[in-house]
Amino acid sequence: MRLYALAIYLFLYVPIGIIALFSFNAGRHASQFTGFSVQWYGKALSNPFVMDALRTSLTVALASATLATAAGTAAALGLQSVRGRVRAVFDALVYVAVMVPGIVIGIATLIALVTLFGWINPVLAALWPEGGPVPQLSLGIGSLILAHGLFSMALAIIILRARMAGMDRSLVEASADLGATPWGTFRQVTLPQILPAILAAFLLSFTFSFDDFIVAFFVAGSNTTLPIYVFSSIRRGVTPEINAIGTMVLAVSLVILVLAQAILQRGRRPARAA
Amino acid sequence: MTRRDIRTWLLVAPAAAWLLVMLVLPLVVVVVFSFGERAEAGGYAPAFTLDNYLNLGARATAFANTLTLAPLGTLACLVLAYPLAYFLAMRASPRWRTLLLILVIVPFWTSILIRSYAWIFLLGGQGIPSLLNALGLGSPRLINTPFAVLVGIVYGYLPLMVFPIYVSLDRLDKRLLEASADLGAPPWRSFLQVTLPLSMPGMATGSMLVFILLMGEFLIPAMLGGGKVFFVGNALVDLFLQSRNWPFGSAVAAALVLVMLVAVTLYMRFTRSWAGTRDDVSLM
Repeated sequence: MRLYALAIYLFLYVPIGIIALFSFNAGRHASQFTGFSVQWYGKALSNPFVMDALRTSLTVALASATLATAAGTAAALGLQSVRGRVRAVFDALVYVAVMVPGIVIGIATLIALVTLFGWINPVLAALWPEGGPVPQLSLGIGSLILAHGLFSMALAIIILRARMAGMDRSLVEASADLGATPWGTFRQVTLPQILPAILAAFLLSFTFSFDDFIVAFFVAGSNTTLPIYVFSSIRRGVTPEINAIGTMVLAVSLVILVLAQAILQRGRRPARAA
Repeated sequence: MTRRDIRTWLLVAPAAAWLLVMLVLPLVVVVVFSFGERAEAGGYAPAFTLDNYLNLGARATAFANTLTLAPLGTLACLVLAYPLAYFLAMRASPRWRTLLLILVIVPFWTSILIRSYAWIFLLGGQGIPSLLNALGLGSPRLINTPFAVLVGIVYGYLPLMVFPIYVSLDRLDKRLLEASADLGAPPWRSFLQVTLPLSMPGMATGSMLVFILLMGEFLIPAMLGGGKVFFVGNALVDLFLQSRNWPFGSAVAAALVLVMLVAVTLYMRFTRSWAGTRDDVSLM
C-alpha cells in the first residue's frame, strides 16, 4: 500500500522533475543530459516575445484576480440577505460559470463580443465628435480579463460562502447591539474572519488565469499570453527553451499555491480553537 | 427600499452584471447562432434552420472519441485514485497526512499545458521509446496514440479524483469496521461490504468532476493525440478558428453541453437510486 502511494507520487512528480532537470541541460538534445547550464533561462528571458507574453499574462492575471475577488466578496456578503427565487437563480448561475467547459465559455464569449462590438462600433463612430481617432472596441486584454474573471468570481463566491457558513453570526449581532455601524462591524468583525478566504480566492484566481490556455486562445484577440506562446512553440518542436519557460511557470504556480495553502490553514486554526 | 436593501443591491450588482454579460449573454448567443447560417465570409448570418443540428453526424468521430475516452479516462482515474485515497485516509500517519494531501492537489492547480508537454517529452521519440530501444525491447510508437491521450488524462485529472474519495473515507465511522471484524468478517469482506459502499458518494463526486472536465477537453488530445485522436473540443477549435463556421460550431457546442447535462443527470439518478437501495439494506 505504501509502495503504491509512492509509485503514484512518483508518477505525479517525475515528469515535472524531468522537465525541470532538462531545462538545465547544456546540450540541445532531449535524449541525453550533457552538462549543467542556465543558458536556456538566459535565452528565454532575453526573448522579447516571451517577455511580452509574460507581461500580458501577469497583467491579465493580476487584474482579473483583483476584480473577481472584489466582486465575488461583495456578492457573497450581499447574498447573505437575499432569499427566494433571486437567490436560487444567482446560485445556479454561479455553478454554471464553474461547470461549463472553458472551451464553451471561450467560443461563446468570442462570438458574443465580436457580434456586440459589430453593433457598438458604428454607433460609437457616428456619435464621436469630429477630429481625433475614433475608438474601436475589439477583443484584447480587456475582454480576456472579464472572461477569466467570470470563473474566478464564481470560485471566490463559493470559497467565501463556505467560509461564512462556518462563521458565528452572533458576533455580528453583538457588534450591532453595541452600537457599531454596519461598516464598523464589517471592518472589525467580519473582515478579519473572512480575510484568509479572500486571500486564498485571490491566489487561486491568479494561478487559474496565469495557467489558462483555452479561454485565452479564443478571447485574447491579437494578444499573446504565456500559455498561448508555449502552445504555439510546442507545435514547432520541443526545445530546451520551452523546458525553461515551463519550469518557471510551474515554479510561479507552486509558490502561489503553497502560499494559498498556508494562509487557508492559518485561517482555519483559530476558528477551530474557538 | 430601505437602506439595507440598497446596500445588498449594491453589493450584489457587480457580480450579477458580470454573470449577465459574460455568461448568460454569450450562452444565449450560442443557442441563437446554432439555428443560423454561415455567412459568405465566415461568421453568422441570421436564419432559422435546423440544418446545423441535422449535420452533427459530420462530427460523429469527435463525439465518439470523446464519449469513449472520457468515461474510460474517468474509470482509469477512479481505479488508480482509490488505493491512494484509501492509504491517505486509513493508513498514512496523521503527522504526514496534510502534507501528502497537499502534494496530491498541487499538480492540479499548475499548468495542464506544461504537464501535458512533459509527456510529449517523455513519450516522444527521444523519451521512453528510445530508452526501451536501448534496453533491446524495440521502440514502440507511443506519442499521438489513444494510449498517450489516456496517460495525459490520468496525469491531468488523478488529483481531482483522489480528494473527494479521501473525504468520504475519512468521514467513515471506523467503529463500523471494528464491528464488522468482531462479527467475524475477514478484512476483504469488511472492505467490500462496509468501506466500498460507504465511499460511494466520494467516488460519484470525483467521477462526475473528472467526467465533466474531460468532455470539454482540448489540450490533452491536441498535444498527445497529434490530430489523430481528437475530441469535440478539437473540432470546436477547428470550426471557430479555421473554417469560421460559427452556426455549425454553435450547434456542436450546444450538443456537447446537452450530452454533458444528460450524462450527469443519468449519473446522479443512478447513484441516488443506488444510495437509496443501500439505505434499505442498512435498515434491515
